[in-house]
Amino acid sequence: MGRASRLAGRGGGGVIGGRVTLLVDPDALARLAAGRRSVLISGTNGKTTTTRLLAAALATAGPTATNSGGANLPYGLVAALSSAPPGGLAALEVDEAYLGQVAEAVRPEVVCLLNLSRDQLDRINEVRMLAGRWRQVLEGASGEAAAGGPVVVANADDPMVVWAASGAARVVWVGAGLSWRLDATGCPRCEGRIQFTDTAWSCGDCGFARPDADVSVDEIALTDRSGRRHPFTLSLPGQCNRSNAAMAAAAASLLGGDEARALTAMEPVADVTGRYGVVRVGGVPARMLLSKNPAGWMEIFDFLRPAPAPVVVAINSRIADGRDPSWLWDVPFERLADRQVVATGERCRDMAVRLRYAEVDHVMVEDAVAAVAEAHRLGDRSASVDVVANYTAFQGLRRLAVDA
Amino acid sequence: MPEGAAGAAPWPVSLRRGDSAVRVVVVHPDLLGTYGDGGNGLILARRLQWRGLPVELIQAMSGSPVPGSGDVYCLGGGEDAAQHRAAAELADGNPLGQAVDNGAAVLAVCAGFQVLGHRYPSADGQERDGLGLLDIDTRKGTGRRPVGELVVTPSPGLGLPQLTGYENHGGLTTLGPGARPLGRVDAGIGNGGGDGSEGAVVGRVIGTYMHGPVLARNPALADLILSSVVGKLDPLDDSEADSLRAERLQAVTIPRRNGRWRWTDRLTSRR
Repeated sequence: MGRASRLAGRGGGGVIGGRVTLLVDPDALARLAAGRRSVLISGTNGKTTTTRLLAAALATAGPTATNSGGANLPYGLVAALSSAPPGGLAALEVDEAYLGQVAEAVRPEVVCLLNLSRDQLDRINEVRMLAGRWRQVLEGASGEAAAGGPVVVANADDPMVVWAASGAARVVWVGAGLSWRLDATGCPRCEGRIQFTDTAWSCGDCGFARPDADVSVDEIALTDRSGRRHPFTLSLPGQCNRSNAAMAAAAASLLGGDEARALTAMEPVADVTGRYGVVRVGGVPARMLLSKNPAGWMEIFDFLRPAPAPVVVAINSRIADGRDPSWLWDVPFERLADRQVVATGERCRDMAVRLRYAEVDHVMVEDAVAAVAEAHRLGDRSASVDVVANYTAFQGLRRLAVDA
Repeated sequence: MPEGAAGAAPWPVSLRRGDSAVRVVVVHPDLLGTYGDGGNGLILARRLQWRGLPVELIQAMSGSPVPGSGDVYCLGGGEDAAQHRAAAELADGNPLGQAVDNGAAVLAVCAGFQVLGHRYPSADGQERDGLGLLDIDTRKGTGRRPVGELVVTPSPGLGLPQLTGYENHGGLTTLGPGARPLGRVDAGIGNGGGDGSEGAVVGRVIGTYMHGPVLARNPALADLILSSVVGKLDPLDDSEADSLRAERLQAVTIPRRNGRWRWTDRLTSRR
């Protein structure tokens, strides 16, 4: 039920086809993936964007299957693979709880692990448990396969990801950053305490520590495994997306591509299933941003239009969002001071109370279209309004929007 | 500590401190802060500040001793390993027990609530020693994990309106003779020990399974805790919290009025 509903919000008709295919042929995913060179991308945040960037890079080398719409459960993957010609390449986003099942069927060449943090705690109870399951999957895969299983491209800055990836026979470490650290303070190896500095981390008890990065990225360039720097400028905003691009470039190079060419192909990507794009909502230009957990919000603060530009925050709590929006209290909304926030969505009251205690000026407008209009009225009417929404609130607004 | 650094509080609040400031201590937010429960400390501090009372909000990270001079202590929910570590650190020197003996109030939620009892379970069901500040015992649940909205009628004498929160816990808690329940479950599971109770109260120590955070949805509970420390409080404008409460209470009770599983659900939670 949960899976179906989650999925229902995510895919188009192709996904329904994927469900039917899986009912008729439970091995459809393995069959469709056979003979392809596949990359799986998983993590709490950045899956869809990284998959989109990687698909853009791989497409320069040949036909590439991808679930670009974000339908990341097995049926969504079946739908994506069925609609592409056999053979070729695949860039596939996978829900973090389904990585084992999907990896077993798809037998990917590369697995990208981005980050792990609190999200949908009513569904996924423990971040640490998930990291342990990933690790088992990778240990199992590297033990069985003659070639040693998939190469893992992993974020060296996230202790949970490093713990999981260390189960693999071969890892390419990427210094992709970690903006939210409160889910990684307990050592996944010994339950000691992880200490962070600006550039490294280690456990004070057992010595588990950040591996040296093979690939790193800064405001200007990506530094590849041989130390060469590749300057690049993305159309997508924020350092988090530069990190996503670095992960994608590392994966592309493992399939035989070249980082510079991969990055060039990623630069023009400006819209990821409606995210980051400017649309019109009720006639008002709105830049649509998705953020569904504290880690995601830490990244949003990075590229939100500066105060006093008003911002709309839309919060729902359906199954795909997580039923419990108490994570709003983990987000430092105090950073929205000196501007008006328009709280909307089915849980706008939770947001209004959070903003009251953050002492941030706000109004509550339950109807999302009216909320965008209100933010437009409150701000500089010549500019587009930033709208930050969690999953189903985002989908709802996108359905009401028209292209700008 | 720079914002965003390891263990830094996610809500950068600096509140002025006078000589007689009320000290609100959030205990181990880096371990017991999984479900937004750190908000409880912020809420308590703001409600004093808005009334012109000096307050200091202290985020007591793990790894260093918890200050014993606090007036109110808040503990939140957390994962199994984090709960174990917090319990071990708090057992060392028992700063919470000493503070309670000196008249401090405590609000403990979920994993933090369990830790205050005599015993609580690890993820694999092993028994661990708690701090013994509440006469409760928690064991590992065997059925489905209680996850969902929780509505509670507070115990008489607390003078509180109906309470609303969101529960998500694996342990089941039974009260000993030295603890009374925070309230009786109207919807949801609560303690889950079979008596229909939710939470526990002993003196100024309150334990509950309600996240939300609980004080965001129940400002009267926040003021009950604060008034136990500073005495009578002026009223505040809680219209936004009232609107949230009304919406949450309606979201739970109205579907149940028509739901065919309502009575069986009530019987199991009250048996």
